[in-house]
Amino acid sequence: MIDFTFTEEQEMFRKAAREFAETQVAPKVPEMEEAGKVNDEVVKALGEAEMMALTIPEEYGGLGLGYVARLIALEEISRVSVATAMMLQIFGLGIEPIIRFGNEEQKRRYLPGLAKGERLATVAVTEATGGSDPKSGRTSYKRDGDDYIINGRKCFITNSHIADTVTVLAKDEEDPEVFTAFIVEKGMEGFRPSHEEHKVGMRGCNTGELVFEHCRVPRENLLGEEGKGMRVAMAAIGEVGRGGMVGCALGLQAACLEASLKFANERILYGKPISNLQTIQNKLAEMRIDLEAGRLLGYRAAAMQDRGMRSSNEFAVAKYFTTEAAQKGAKTAVDIHGGYGCLEEYPVSRYYRDSIVLGPSAGTSDIMKVIIARWVLKPFRK
Amino acid sequence: MLRIVVCVKAVPDPKEASKIRIDPVTRTLARCDVPLVINPLDKNAMEAALQLKEQLGARITVLSMGPPPAGNIVRECLALGADEGILLCDQAFGGADAYATAYTLAKGIEKIGSYDLVFCGMASSDSGTEWVGPEIATFLEMPVVTRVKEIVECDGEWWKVKASLEDGYRLVQVKLPALFTVTRGLNTPRTLSFSGIVKARDREIIQWGIDELGVAEESMGLKGSPTIVSKMTNRESKRKVEIIAGTREEKAERLIQKLADAGVI
Repeated sequence: MIDFTFTEEQEMFRKAAREFAETQVAPKVPEMEEAGKVNDEVVKALGEAEMMALTIPEEYGGLGLGYVARLIALEEISRVSVATAMMLQIFGLGIEPIIRFGNEEQKRRYLPGLAKGERLATVAVTEATGGSDPKSGRTSYKRDGDDYIINGRKCFITNSHIADTVTVLAKDEEDPEVFTAFIVEKGMEGFRPSHEEHKVGMRGCNTGELVFEHCRVPRENLLGEEGKGMRVAMAAIGEVGRGGMVGCALGLQAACLEASLKFANERILYGKPISNLQTIQNKLAEMRIDLEAGRLLGYRAAAMQDRGMRSSNEFAVAKYFTTEAAQKGAKTAVDIHGGYGCLEEYPVSRYYRDSIVLGPSAGTSDIMKVIIARWVLKPFRK
Repeated sequence: MLRIVVCVKAVPDPKEASKIRIDPVTRTLARCDVPLVINPLDKNAMEAALQLKEQLGARITVLSMGPPPAGNIVRECLALGADEGILLCDQAFGGADAYATAYTLAKGIEKIGSYDLVFCGMASSDSGTEWVGPEIATFLEMPVVTRVKEIVECDGEWWKVKASLEDGYRLVQVKLPALFTVTRGLNTPRTLSFSGIVKARDREIIQWGIDELGVAEESMGLKGSPTIVSKMTNRESKRKVEIIAGTREEKAERLIQKLADAGVI
């Protein structure tokens, strides 16, 4: 029999994450929404609560708790603030390539600071010419003595303006088929964040462009083997990137259901709460069905990842399902609220805006289907 | 080093209060389906102990009485930073009122042996009598200060604390060992940390039953409880909406009158 229950310790992680989210993040949400900026106190609190340390091995200053614990934390934080969960998910995505592909020296140099939140991380793959098609990226590198020189621009980079450590994918100037990953640090000559985006949702997390103008990167910052950069980027995005989006989506689904239940039990129409109306009950039931199914998909994939199994396809399924369900759930929540759903005073209007950003992050639903189709058709292809 | 005992109670999550029902037969709270959490004011008691540990150095023992699931809240206290966790758990302890609970906890504290301070939350969120703390102190023949809202001086044998009154506070000087019941205003309890949870992972939770405490069954649980609950009812609450008309002044006047008539002001 498969055990689908959380352990006592995992339940305690959920409690800890929920307490953190409700006491440290929730009070800052209005400010984040108003300013449309990252809140420094929230970032500091994330570090103090060891949220960046979850997946980092203990020998490098982390907690080594794995990906189910990470998913629990992301779901609970997203339930309160999708923007904060998104920021945290990308810190994790930025950390992962160093855990997986960093050499001993790089792990010792970067991971302890990243675990404490003293350094913040991100990954820079997407460019104007392609995100899901990373090979069409134009950012290039060339050898120059013991160093590498990087030139190009990256866009749609979450944490672009706050990250200290960035894993950058670039192609060989001489050979467009060869890609290499580098660790670029804030302050390196020729590297700077430029334009900051103003998104429709997830306003409290930062998205923007990174510019590399003859950026000189020393050889010791080469991540993994030269020419194997695509593997570095894809391994991180396929599991940790998609898995993180599942956490963001599940939290939003839960928040939409909670807000809808509260409203439907308070709002009186025809002399009784609208939760007595079957049409509203149907909507609530559908939201719950989607949340249950999404959790099963997401936590199963995370449990596989914790066992060291390949889980990128399972995460593609979970990412597709949960982000679609979150978008549907947010729309339903707004519908249940009627006119109140259009007012900023009610959280569902924020949920609706946030849900839009869930779709394209770490690959659109259409791209997830491409990946899933490739997976199911694989046995038939030669 | 200070030796502190913190008494904690597992209560139904106050956030899920609407799900709590009264068992018509036993006239006690039907707790099933409602998750158990640390009594909110006991978290303040725990925080007070942790702050003293950080400030002066202390060994904190957490003591709870309850069924086996209450072990989870003891583990939570270990995760927060307690050094030792004890659960008083025995069928014979079931159905205890405040008096029998205090007696059992006092016996547990006696068995712990040496202690300088005992902290309790001022009241529990599920029964709210405020009796257990003072009763423990009575059984242990030690001074008690209820509703502590600030620890003013904490060096030497004599400590000075502020205790809340309805319209002010008392400044109390008390000789240790003593028992304090604490208010919400004393501090802001810290939240659980993931690393704390990991550290508490394999820690033992000591379980003591009637044999370990060496007490007579008649003085424990329902048998040892002098309180007889003759009736318990669910309070029905209904919303009533009334629109008050008139000018601003008239409306204010009528509102004040209505509130006065209802006995609210």
